[in-house]
Amino acid sequence: MWVLKIVAELLKKFRDRDLATRILHEIRKFAPGRRVKFMHVCGSHEVTITRFGLRSLLPEWLEVMSGPGCPVCVTHTAEIDESIELATQGYLVTTFGDMFWVPGTQSSLARAKTDGADVRIVYSIEDAIEVARRNPSREVVHVAIGFETTAPTTASELLRKPPKNFSLLVCHRLIPPAMQFLLESGEVALDGFICPGHVSTIIGSKPYEPLSERYKVPQVIAGFEPIDVLLGILMLLKQLREGRREVEIEYTRSVRPRGNVVAQEKMREVFEVVDKRWRGFPVIPKSAFELKREFVDYDARKKFGVLVKESVDFAEGCRCGEVLRGVIHPSECPLFGKACTQEHPMGPCAVTSEGACNVAMKFGKF
Amino acid sequence: MCLAIPGKVLKIERQAATVDFGGVRREVRLDLLRDVREGDYVLVHVGYAIQTLDEEAAREILKSWEEVARGEVGA
Ligand code: SF4
Repeated sequence: MWVLKIVAELLKKFRDRDLATRILHEIRKFAPGRRVKFMHVCGSHEVTITRFGLRSLLPEWLEVMSGPGCPVCVTHTAEIDESIELATQGYLVTTFGDMFWVPGTQSSLARAKTDGADVRIVYSIEDAIEVARRNPSREVVHVAIGFETTAPTTASELLRKPPKNFSLLVCHRLIPPAMQFLLESGEVALDGFICPGHVSTIIGSKPYEPLSERYKVPQVIAGFEPIDVLLGILMLLKQLREGRREVEIEYTRSVRPRGNVVAQEKMREVFEVVDKRWRGFPVIPKSAFELKREFVDYDARKKFGVLVKESVDFAEGCRCGEVLRGVIHPSECPLFGKACTQEHPMGPCAVTSEGACNVAMKFGKF
Repeated sequence: MCLAIPGKVLKIERQAATVDFGGVRREVRLDLLRDVREGDYVLVHVGYAIQTLDEEAAREILKSWEEVARGEVGA
């Protein structure tokens, strides 16, 4: 048991108040004489930053924006409409909890369930396959969302040959292409990226390197405790001051430069990289996964050919798109906390536990 | 969604392990890792171990920055 205790103690250090104060002191010392803007691209980073009130502790010249790091939020409306359509047509639909409540154009999976559709929340894709095994007479469609962290679990299960009555609505997306899109568009002038710790656990640090080279932007892969995020910020500032523009790893306890090679191999075996629209974005080149031809029998889109008519990204007045692109903070949306609340969310960013609007509403002041 | 939590591998049977998350035990798939051993710490995401935890690396990064924050080396 002593090993357990030592590791727990070690991880606790990443929440150490005293160390946080000292890192903040170092951060303040930078005072570059201009405004500096960083962005993170991970819902879990947003939770850490807001829950621990880190923004209010940072100097006023330093701003940290939330980017497109919530997989449920960036899943396109048309894909949500597809899943609702499949559920309505009588297929058994499984999905992760957060996806259940997200509004499509007119409805949500939650509402479809209330109307009699069979929609079930699962914890993992393995559970979804178990549902298919237990219901051999039903067609079971799993809505596979998530970034590079989650996609290997989908790949791994497909390679284990699930039953024939199981198929996937693949909605997996890739983070570095979205970061490139943001840099290329220049809509927000960014001085650095806090890269996501668990996506990077899978992909490693290499895929970010072309971004630092091409757009001269520093990047630090950070973990999810307050100390991790503050250190990430400090390391970015240090790069700026020293004129370095590279990819560094703060989250060394989990991220290796080459990432998780086994997971990468499985993804390569199963998926093909395609261009795709993200909610709040136009088509982002090479930013999503689709099943390779060999797995066509498991592709719900090919198997059932659902047709979705025109889809609408956001309800009237909802500025979720700008929130997801890091143009505004949630509180800058006029509907925030008024017409749009946790009880009556208007957009995906207010629905899911990792949506920036939801996080801001839950943990209070911005 | 990309949440992953650390736990300790208690027992391995083929491609699955029993992992202890501070008292709560769960079955975890090991398909995404090579060379996991009983006693290792793993990060678990939606039922899959996605990496083994490197304690030494965690200690090192803390140490190097604690020194910086103490002013022992120039930041
Ligand atoms: S506060 Fe609500 S309406 Fe405004 S951007 Fe966020 S989700 Fe949309």
